[in-house]
Amino acid sequence: MSRSVVLVDAVRTPFGKAGSLYAGTRADDLIVRAMRGLLERNPKIAPTDIDDVAIAAATQSGDQGMNIGRSATLLAGLPNSVPGYSIDRWCAGALTAMTTIAGSIAMGAYDVGIAGGVEHMGNHPMGEGIDPNPRYLAEKIVEQDALAMGNTAERLHDRFPAITKERADRYALGSQEKTAKAYAEGKIQKDLIPTATRSPELGWGVATIDEPPRPGTTMEALAALKTPFRPAGRVTAGNAAGLNDGATVSLLASEDFAKAKGLSIKARLVTFAFAGVEPEVMGYGPVPATEKALKKAGLTIADIGLFEINEAFAVQVLAFLDHFGIADDDPRVNPVGGAIAVGHPLASSGVRLALNLARGFEEHPEVRYGITTMCIGLGMGGTIIWENPHFTKGAK
Amino acid sequence: MSTPADLTLPEGAPEEVITHAIVRPVDLTPFGFKGTLALITLDNGQDHTRPNTFGAKSLAALNEAITSAIASAPAAIAITGKPFIFAAGADLSALAFLNKREQSLAIGKFGHDVFRRLGEIDIPTFAFINGLALGGGLEVGLHCNYRTLSSTAFTGLPEVFLGLVPGWGGATLLPKLIGPEKAVQVIMLNALNNNTMMKAKDALSLGVVDAVYEPADFLEKSVSFAASVLSGSTKIERKDFSNDPAWDSALATGRAAALKKYGGAEIAAPTRALELIAAAKTATRSSGFDAEDQALADLTMSDPLRASLYAFNLIQKKRKKVEGAPKPALGRKVAKVGVVGAGLMASQLALLFVRNLKCPVVMTDIDQARADKGVAWVRAELAKLVEKRRMSQESADRLSALVSGSADQSVFTGCDFVIEAIFEELSLKQELFKKLETIISPECVLATNTSSLSVEAMSEGLKNPERVVGFHFFNPVAIMPLLEVARTTKTDDATTATAVNIGKELKKTMVITKDAPGFVVNRLLTRFMGEITDAMDEGTPPEIADNAMRSIGFPMSPFELLGLVGPGVALHVSETLNKNLGPRYKISPTMQAMVKAGIRTFYIKDDKGGLIANPEAVELIVSGDKSSTAEQVRSRALTALAEEARMMLDEGVVATPAEIDLCMLLGAGWPMHLGGILPYLDREGISEAVSGKRFHQPGIASLP
Repeated sequence: MSRSVVLVDAVRTPFGKAGSLYAGTRADDLIVRAMRGLLERNPKIAPTDIDDVAIAAATQSGDQGMNIGRSATLLAGLPNSVPGYSIDRWCAGALTAMTTIAGSIAMGAYDVGIAGGVEHMGNHPMGEGIDPNPRYLAEKIVEQDALAMGNTAERLHDRFPAITKERADRYALGSQEKTAKAYAEGKIQKDLIPTATRSPELGWGVATIDEPPRPGTTMEALAALKTPFRPAGRVTAGNAAGLNDGATVSLLASEDFAKAKGLSIKARLVTFAFAGVEPEVMGYGPVPATEKALKKAGLTIADIGLFEINEAFAVQVLAFLDHFGIADDDPRVNPVGGAIAVGHPLASSGVRLALNLARGFEEHPEVRYGITTMCIGLGMGGTIIWENPHFTKGAK
Repeated sequence: MSTPADLTLPEGAPEEVITHAIVRPVDLTPFGFKGTLALITLDNGQDHTRPNTFGAKSLAALNEAITSAIASAPAAIAITGKPFIFAAGADLSALAFLNKREQSLAIGKFGHDVFRRLGEIDIPTFAFINGLALGGGLEVGLHCNYRTLSSTAFTGLPEVFLGLVPGWGGATLLPKLIGPEKAVQVIMLNALNNNTMMKAKDALSLGVVDAVYEPADFLEKSVSFAASVLSGSTKIERKDFSNDPAWDSALATGRAAALKKYGGAEIAAPTRALELIAAAKTATRSSGFDAEDQALADLTMSDPLRASLYAFNLIQKKRKKVEGAPKPALGRKVAKVGVVGAGLMASQLALLFVRNLKCPVVMTDIDQARADKGVAWVRAELAKLVEKRRMSQESADRLSALVSGSADQSVFTGCDFVIEAIFEELSLKQELFKKLETIISPECVLATNTSSLSVEAMSEGLKNPERVVGFHFFNPVAIMPLLEVARTTKTDDATTATAVNIGKELKKTMVITKDAPGFVVNRLLTRFMGEITDAMDEGTPPEIADNAMRSIGFPMSPFELLGLVGPGVALHVSETLNKNLGPRYKISPTMQAMVKAGIRTFYIKDDKGGLIANPEAVELIVSGDKSSTAEQVRSRALTALAEEARMMLDEGVVATPAEIDLCMLLGAGWPMHLGGILPYLDREGISEAVSGKRFHQPGIASLP
């Protein structure tokens, strides 16, 4: 009884550098703002129609706690009748919120749901409150490197010596340049919900663009950066995503419901998969996850015309591209740049990939399929395959 | 413009908590307008419990912010507050220390000079009123060209309530913006009606603000509003009210409200406010603001305003802190309350207890039918609250179920607090308390709502007299904020603490008094009334006697008050006080005759709804041949008050003169410009004439 699931819309707050733009703004206020912005631009959906709200956060305490899914629903002013829950799959939180809501729609339990994520890494530094079981190391379940993401990226460089620091830096530069170009063309701004910011020193402001991008970055500047995870390492602040604050949210519906209500259809969900790898090289996760998803969908990598891959680290993107024989600067990959430029507020990034892909679909009616994929700490990857609703047969 | 030199704070004034003004650019492009908004945030760096205020340094900070905003050549300038607070107006703590008129004039003028820039620069200005905006806070907004308001924010111009005028532009700008009728509503009627604040929907419908947005994304929506105004897609129409036909009637309405509030007296603040509103019909901004400066300076440099500020601060402070109360931790837990009696007073008490304590409340009376009637009254009142949407059906059901009535006093078993409101007869109350001791635990507090009997006498012969306390409410119990808590020589701290803890839960302001006849309010009021009735009985025409105090500004004349209290009760109290305090408490033969004849009021309404002397009452006046002038009557009544207050302090009935003022403000509704009463007696020289000394040092509740 599987039903077709579509992405109706997706939006996000501008992203900030951790503890900077949103230093005086609460995480729950960020997700609430994104939710209100999303509903405001989709007035055909009555709030009472929403069957469920899934919100992800990698740290679920403080302003990301209290069941952030339900809490955000109440704070956003949705009717009491709309339920909500919280999701955690670390970096793939929002991606998992989407697959979970989509699964509920596909099995017929829901007609429409909200899936999103938030991470305020300024309020919740990575690793806050974690308490790894001593067995991890005592029994060598993982190596020490598995618990620090920068080290897993270095380990990926070790595994694939062909991915040099120079290649990673060049990829990172490309991400910055693509983002700068997309901003200049006004592409990214379309899905940003202006968000109030406040700090006691600066007063109120309104964030309308991402804070992290560094347009004008050069290879020289990138080369000069320190490698904080090991001496003579390859991973730097320049070829990795930063520590960020932000929230994203998407609206998913059954295709029947979307058509009946006259909603926009920005992408059609084909299938998804999650897969595990050794935690020490968690960045490799997107490879098996994508293989698995392609197999389920009966597609090959050649069928995919657009890739939105999360740039936690340049090396992890390059490992993926090398595996599938795709060039480092293939225009189908992250055409408006990625997390290295705009940032990666952990659990929120999955929806950002989907909204970028949806814009890519609009621009490229000749493309039929696209994927959103990302690596996940403790050794996982997650991939969603989407179909372009604007696809015109006959075009290439 | 820099801070004028003469704005340095006078000696003794507290350091100003500066409200900083921070400018930050906001790009309007994503909102559909190419340009930048210079957003000014007002923030004093404290949390919402210490709102933004404007003293001289804060005004200078705002001035500088406006200058720097203009320098950035923005498309528009907007001003907003810190979380939950826009601004609460002028820094009143400094006001009480101003000792020169020029200084007072200078601060008024400086406020105008700063604020008016927002209305007179050639850049569109917006106020994003994100939270509480009172007085000068709202006035900043009125100077701006446009205003948005958060849907949960309260706003208002409380100046007239405080004895001032909206003198930083409000009295001139508001009538021009929304017309005379609505301006009178906001500036006069709301302020005079216990300082009623506007809800957001009221502010919108009155036209005080142009748009209301929910707080969740108030700033974003307000910026969007600004962009739409700038781009022309939103048009805000302003009306010219200078030829509005309603000016005269609106001013008359305001004047009538002020006269009613002050019992017919012409009080400076409302009068000056009305003059400013009237002038706004034709005044230019400059002439209006100049007149505001003069009014503000005159009022600020007057004793009534100083007394008013003293009273305002006193009420605020004592709401939280009860003078002389034992530590709250000494109090016992109260989970069941008994009310002896089921008459109107007792029923009001039961309602108050059940609403606030939300615990079982049992009422008793001499038979089941009376007890049932009391319970039914309480339940009917709860139902009325549901009807008025002031309580949910669920809450009303819960509270109704907690109230029960019986003719059998054994229902008081297990009570932690029992209060009696039976007939004012000492022997009855003594007998009752003895009987109750056989039912209740030794720790259960026994409280009496007596207004003039000795609480100590009621505790005589009890096994546990230490648990007896006076708990004197004022009618109507739900509305009057004062509660006199009377300790006998035996009342222990645990009992007093329990009583005070309950009083706090009942949201009353409490004054702890010695167990002395009439406590504070009734003792002073009865003495005062006795002088008026005595003057009449001696031969002073009743209209002269009763109107002798009019010009002072009490809310009603003595005989109007008599009608409210009822001659029976008043006579009973004066008889008790006469017996316990001496012959200075006069028993009026006229009053005795009225009670005997069953006449309840001295005034009746005529066909037009005006008050006229009740001919039946006039008939009964026992009139001698010694007529006094109004001046003589006023003098003897005020002298009596000063004498009695001094005696009360000497006897230790209350700890400080401030407690007496607090009692008269909250228990008798005496006006703030009298400071309760003692500041007025001081400034009229009556205190010194009576006892050779003032009640308050100069400067506490008067000009220094």
